[in-house]
Amino acid sequence: MSENYRKIMRDGIWDNNIVFSQYLALCPLLAVTVTATNGLGMGLATLAVLISTNGIVSVTRQLIPSEVRIPIFVLLIAAVVTVVDMVMNAWLHELHKVLGLFIPLIVTNCAILGRAESFASRQPVAPSLWDGFMMGLGFTMALVVLGAAREISSAGTLFANASLLLGDGFKFIELTLIPDYKGFLLMALPPGGFIMLAFIIAGKRLLDRKRVANKAQAALLSEAIPEEIQ
Amino acid sequence: MRSDPGHIKWLIEEAAIYKELLKRWLDPSNLERLRPRLEFQTGVLAGFALIASLLLGVTHCSTLEAIQERLDEDLQKSLAEVVPSTLHDNDLLQDTVTVPSGEDNLGADETTVYIARKAGQTTAVCFKLAAPDGYSGAISMVMGINRDGQILGVRVINHAETPGLGDKIEVVKSDWILDFSGRSLLNLTDAQWAVKKDGGVFDQFAGATITPRAVVKATHRGLQFFNRHRSELVGS
Repeated sequence: MSENYRKIMRDGIWDNNIVFSQYLALCPLLAVTVTATNGLGMGLATLAVLISTNGIVSVTRQLIPSEVRIPIFVLLIAAVVTVVDMVMNAWLHELHKVLGLFIPLIVTNCAILGRAESFASRQPVAPSLWDGFMMGLGFTMALVVLGAAREISSAGTLFANASLLLGDGFKFIELTLIPDYKGFLLMALPPGGFIMLAFIIAGKRLLDRKRVANKAQAALLSEAIPEEIQ
Repeated sequence: MRSDPGHIKWLIEEAAIYKELLKRWLDPSNLERLRPRLEFQTGVLAGFALIASLLLGVTHCSTLEAIQERLDEDLQKSLAEVVPSTLHDNDLLQDTVTVPSGEDNLGADETTVYIARKAGQTTAVCFKLAAPDGYSGAISMVMGINRDGQILGVRVINHAETPGLGDKIEVVKSDWILDFSGRSLLNLTDAQWAVKKDGGVFDQFAGATITPRAVVKATHRGLQFFNRHRSELVGS
């Protein structure tokens, strides 16, 4: 069982990461990752929605006939996102002012529908919640990494305005890495997002390939050594 | 009748029967049998739609008041930013005049003007306006003007401009918008009420001209609106 949970964790964060492996959710991704702070905000809001929808879909999975599952999932996701939007507006108003723009965008995130369809509708509640959490975490990390890469290359800063999102206690993470940087506008625009994303994905695949090669070599060695001993 | 013990017992028994029925109905094998049936599929979809609408309705009703309060606080805060508290001793939100503004292109057919008074004397006015021609949708703003027609301040309340580019119109991200303070129709000509690229005096942002252009134009229109209604707003 714990092996199963560890696999879900690995899938969410690395092996089957929503952005870097499934190439899903590119629309909200490119729209908000101009800065690392925006990426973090969008990631956390998506994480909350993903856990809720995975939980609801998993609880009701026996009820949902496969013929009408897609409209039901879309209905649930839209309802949850709207509820999150209204609740945040009422009781987390300062945070909502920063994230407000991005929250309705979560509805367009096909990764949430994807997790409902391919995981939560087939699995018990606990693994579904865990999957929602891990997939959301992986998505948040992807947004922060891409946001940071684009922010550094386009404006020379990192986590600008993070205190608006996290409170004044986090003022210290607002860094200016390259002082007097003239700015590289392309990286702040959607094409820059695609270019940066391509570099990151290429890097990830290179790492994966190296890992597979290392594993094969290790397997060869471990086979070879006992023979030598004999 | 309600406290009759026999009646209560009957109710409990009745509830147990329904509970048993529901349990049997929710049994996986029963659901397995029901799922391919068209009326079940329609019913489930309708049921989910009903639950979703109920959820939305309940959330809407329970957050409506809180959201309105927050918005009022926001409005009060932004009004306080464009009209310094030294200029008035009245409650701006209570002291309002509604002026038709359909032809002034301020984004609304009627504009509520908040009047600042000190010792009964009108010192300044402020009102909300919108620039409909932002890069991604309307930019809603608030501006304060003193009785001589000089801008006390302009602030952006709400916008959907590109993060990192157009959002420099927010005062927390850049002090660009403070440049409006003290400007009026008298100290700038109509042609100077534009961004530098268009021959005016206001800076544009690197990579974003449409956003500041929209804000500058809307501010100009706001001043013209004030000028046209000056006598009814501040008296003679």
